[in-house]
Amino acid sequence: MSEQTAVHRALGMTDGEYDSVIDILGREPRTAELAMYSVMWSEHCSYKSSRSHLGRFPSEAPWVVVGPGENAGVVDLGDGWLAALRIESHNHPSFVEPYQGAATGVGGILRDVFTMGARPIALWDQIRFGPLDIPKNRYLFGGVVAGIAGYGNAVGVPTVGGEVAFDECYSANPLVNVMCLGIMRREQLVLGTAGSAGSLALLLGKPTGRDGIGGASVLASASFDDESGAKRPSVQVGDPFEEKKLIEACLELYARGLVVGVQDLGAAGLSCATSEPAARAGMGMDVDLDAVHVRESGMTAAELLMSESQERMMAFVEPSRVDDVLAVASKWEIDARVVGTVTAGHTLRIRFQGELVAEVPAASLSEAAPRYDRPAAEPAWLRPRWADTLDHSEAPDLGSVLLALLDDPSIASAAWAFQQYDHMLFLDTVVGPGHDGSLLRLKGTDKGLAVSTDGNGRLCFLDPFRGAERLVYEAALNVAVVGAEPMAVVDNLNFGNPEKPEVMWQFRQSIEGISAACEHLGVPVVGGNVSFYNETDGVDIHPTPVVGLLGMAEPMPDRPPRLDAAASGMDVWMFGPPAIDLAGSSLERVIHGHLGGRPMGADPDMATAVIALARRLAARGTAALHDVSDGGLAVALAEICIRSEVGAEISVDDWRLAFSEAPHLLLAALDPGFDAASLAAAAGVPAVRLGTFGGDRIILRSPDGTCDIALSEAAEAYTDSIPRRLR
Amino acid sequence: MSVAVVVFPGSNCEHDVVHAIRALGGEAELVWHRDTDLAGADAVVLPGGFAHGDALRTGAIARFSPVMASVQSMAESGRPVLGICNGFQILCEAGLLPGALIANRDLAFICRMIEVEVTDTATVLTAAARLGQRLMIPLNSYEGNWVDPAGEGRVVVRYVGDPNGSQDRAAAVANAAGNVAGVMPHPERATESMLGSVDGRILLEGFLASVRATSNV
Repeated sequence: MSEQTAVHRALGMTDGEYDSVIDILGREPRTAELAMYSVMWSEHCSYKSSRSHLGRFPSEAPWVVVGPGENAGVVDLGDGWLAALRIESHNHPSFVEPYQGAATGVGGILRDVFTMGARPIALWDQIRFGPLDIPKNRYLFGGVVAGIAGYGNAVGVPTVGGEVAFDECYSANPLVNVMCLGIMRREQLVLGTAGSAGSLALLLGKPTGRDGIGGASVLASASFDDESGAKRPSVQVGDPFEEKKLIEACLELYARGLVVGVQDLGAAGLSCATSEPAARAGMGMDVDLDAVHVRESGMTAAELLMSESQERMMAFVEPSRVDDVLAVASKWEIDARVVGTVTAGHTLRIRFQGELVAEVPAASLSEAAPRYDRPAAEPAWLRPRWADTLDHSEAPDLGSVLLALLDDPSIASAAWAFQQYDHMLFLDTVVGPGHDGSLLRLKGTDKGLAVSTDGNGRLCFLDPFRGAERLVYEAALNVAVVGAEPMAVVDNLNFGNPEKPEVMWQFRQSIEGISAACEHLGVPVVGGNVSFYNETDGVDIHPTPVVGLLGMAEPMPDRPPRLDAAASGMDVWMFGPPAIDLAGSSLERVIHGHLGGRPMGADPDMATAVIALARRLAARGTAALHDVSDGGLAVALAEICIRSEVGAEISVDDWRLAFSEAPHLLLAALDPGFDAASLAAAAGVPAVRLGTFGGDRIILRSPDGTCDIALSEAAEAYTDSIPRRLR
Repeated sequence: MSVAVVVFPGSNCEHDVVHAIRALGGEAELVWHRDTDLAGADAVVLPGGFAHGDALRTGAIARFSPVMASVQSMAESGRPVLGICNGFQILCEAGLLPGALIANRDLAFICRMIEVEVTDTATVLTAAARLGQRLMIPLNSYEGNWVDPAGEGRVVVRYVGDPNGSQDRAAAVANAAGNVAGVMPHPERATESMLGSVDGRILLEGFLASVRATSNV
C-alpha cells in the first residue's frame, strides 16, 4: 500500500472515490483538498448510498416553502407565519461520549433551524438504548438525558416531547434523534446561499479547534467495534451559552436584513460552509484560513477545514453591511471575522500561510459526490420469521400481564427523563411531554402547532414497509388527538450497514412505506436525515425509521384532550376497527421474548377516517383521547387511569383485543351525554362503548378471564419502572 | 409605572416575564445588562435563564454586569426588585438577598408543577396572597437548593414537599424590608389556565400592586 493510499483510506475514502477526485482535478489532490473531499463525500454528508432513493418521497404541497435539501424544511402556516423543521441523528457520537454526543446533537439541530431565519421554539428527542439491566446502558441513557437537559435547558429552547425505548438491538448502538421546530415571519426566511460576487463570508461564533475532526467521515459513517473508544476525540464538545448568543445575534441580523445568506457549520465544518453556499449561488469563493479565529495553535489547513467545532455560523454579507454585522456580533459578545470573498466563476480557492492549499470546483464537493445504488435483497430470514408465530389460544393471567407491561421501561412513564428537560419555556406548551402529541400555541393567533415523533424498530424489522407506513399514520393520529391536521413530515432513517443487501432492502421498503402513507394523507416530506452503519461487530440494529410529523390546529381547541383529564362517571369509548394483531407486539416481547409473525398492514382509508374523527372529538371537548399503540388497549386504558387518578371497568369480546396493537384505534373518555355513536357513524368509523371510569381498580373483563388490579399497584409499576432500574 | 426586565447574555425567560406582566395590565420593558440606566423604571425583574452561561457558578458573573449598580440603588431606595430562578441566584450573589443556591439534592434538573405555601405576606412578591395560601407553580432549575448558613433569611414561600433539599423548604425569600424578593419557581409560567395553572398571577399581581404603591410615593 502506497503512502497516499494509506492516507485516503484512513480518511474513510475508497480507492474508486480517490480516482474520481483525480478525474475532477486532473491531478493528485493536495492534502487539504483530500481532507475536504473525504468529509464532504462521507456517507453522513453526501448521502451517497441513500440519495438515489430519497427522491421517492413526496415533497410537494402548496404550503411547502422550502423542501428537502436545505438546512431545514419550511412550511407556510398562514397569516405571514412560517415553520421550519428538521430532524437529525447523533447516534454514533452518543455511544462514544453520551453527554457531549447528545448535547451537540441538540446544538446542531438548533443551528439547522435558525440558519433558515427561524427562532427555534421546541425540541423533541427520540432515544433508544439497550436494556437497563446492563450497566453500560444505564450509563448511556443517563448520559444522553443529562446531555439533552444540559444543552437544551441552558440554550433556552424547551424540550416538549419525544420517546424513550429499550431493546437489545440498541445495546451496542443507541439511537439519539433530535427534532427541532422553529417559527418566523415570512420576510425573515434566509437561505444557505453565498449571494453574488463581492459578498463577504463572515465566520461567527466559537473559535475553531481540533474537536470533531473527522466526526462525519470517521465516526458517523463507519461501524463500531472494540476500538471505538479510541474515536472519542472525534466527538465534538458543546457550549450552549455560545449557541444562545449565536441564536440571538443571528436573529437580530435577520430582523435587520443584514445578511444575504447563512450556512451553519456542522458536519464537515468549513469545507461544507464554504463550498455548499457557493455552489447553491453558482459562484466561487476565495477563503483565507489565516483569518479564521482559532483556539489552539499549530492547526494545519486540513484540520481547519475538517474541524467540527460547534457553535459556528457562516454569514454572507454585502461589503457595505459588514460594520453593522460586526457591531451586532460585538453586542452579543461573539467573535466574527471576514474569512472569504465570493467570486465569479465556480472555483473555491483556499489560502493558508501564503500558500494556495486548495483550488477545486466548489460544486464538486457536494454535487459531484459519488452515488451508489447498492444492491438490495429481501433477507433470507424474513419469511421464516413471518411463519414463526405464537399460539395465543390460551389466555394468560391478564392482571399480571398488564402489570408486567406497565413495568416495562419502553411503555412505562418516561417522566424521569422529561422532568429533567425544561418543557415550559416560552409559555406555549399547552400539551407537553408524556402525551401522544405535543401541542404548542402560536401566540397572537388562534393556531396550535402539534408534533408527534414515532418509531418502532420491531414492526419495521418484521415488515419494513408496513412498519414505516404505520408510523406515519400513527404520528398523524397523534397530532389529530390534540386537534391538528397533518401538514409535513421529517424523517430520520436509522439503519445498519448499507453495504449489506438486506439492510438496503429494509431501507428501500421503509422509504416506500413512508411515501405511501404520506401520499395518501397528502402530507409532504420536507426533510430528513439518514444514519447508516448502525451496526456493531457485524450485527445491525433493527431498521428504525423515525417519523416527525407537524400538524396545525386552527382554531386550536379550547380544551384539548389530555391523558390526565378523565373523571369518574365518564364513559370509555373505543373508535376504530378492532383486530387481533400481536406480531411484534409488546405482549410478545415482554411476556414471551418473541419477535415473529407478520404485523398487519395499514388500512389507508380507515386511517384517514379515524384521523378526521380524532380531530372532531378533540374540537368538541373530549376529556381524554389516546392512540392505542404499545401494549394495546389495556395499556392505553391504564395510562389514562393512572394519569387521571381514576379507575375503570370495561369488557372486551376477546382477551387478545386488550393487548393487540392493530393500527387506527383510539380510546376516549367522554361525558355520558356525548353522542359519540353518531359522530363516529358519520365519519365511517366503528365505535363501541367499552365501559366507564370510576373506582380505584382497573377491571378488564373478557370471556377468557378478567384483569382486576388496584390502580395504585398499576401506578407504582408505571411510574417507578425507570427510576427503580436506575437506583 | 413600568418594570425593567433585565436581559443578560444567556437569559431566556425575559420575554415570558414581559408577556405575563403585560397580560396582567402592567408595563414592562427589556433592559440590556450593559445599560446603566433603568430608563425611569419603577421596579426591576431579573428573569430566569443562564446568565453568562452560569460560568464559575450561577450569578457569579452577572452580579458584575453594569446594570447591577442600578439594581442595587433601586433596592436601596425601597423600590420593588424581584429575581426569578436565575434572577434569585443573581440577587443572592449580589448580596441583596441572604444565602446562596446550590445544586438540587438529587443532582438533577427539575422541571415540573409544584405546590408551594405562602408563609409571609409582607413582601413585594406575596402582597396579594393570603397567609397559608397554597399555589401550584412550575419549578424549573438545577441550582434551586437554597442554603443559609446564618439562618437569618426570611422565607416567604415554602415548598409543600421537599423537591430539592432547600433549607426551610424555601421556595422564595425576601430581604428585611420586603422590597427585594427571590423566587425559585416561575410565577410567569402559571398565569393562563391553558398552561396548567393561574396561581402565578397571585404573586405577579401582588408585585405589580407593590410597584404601583411605591411609584405613587
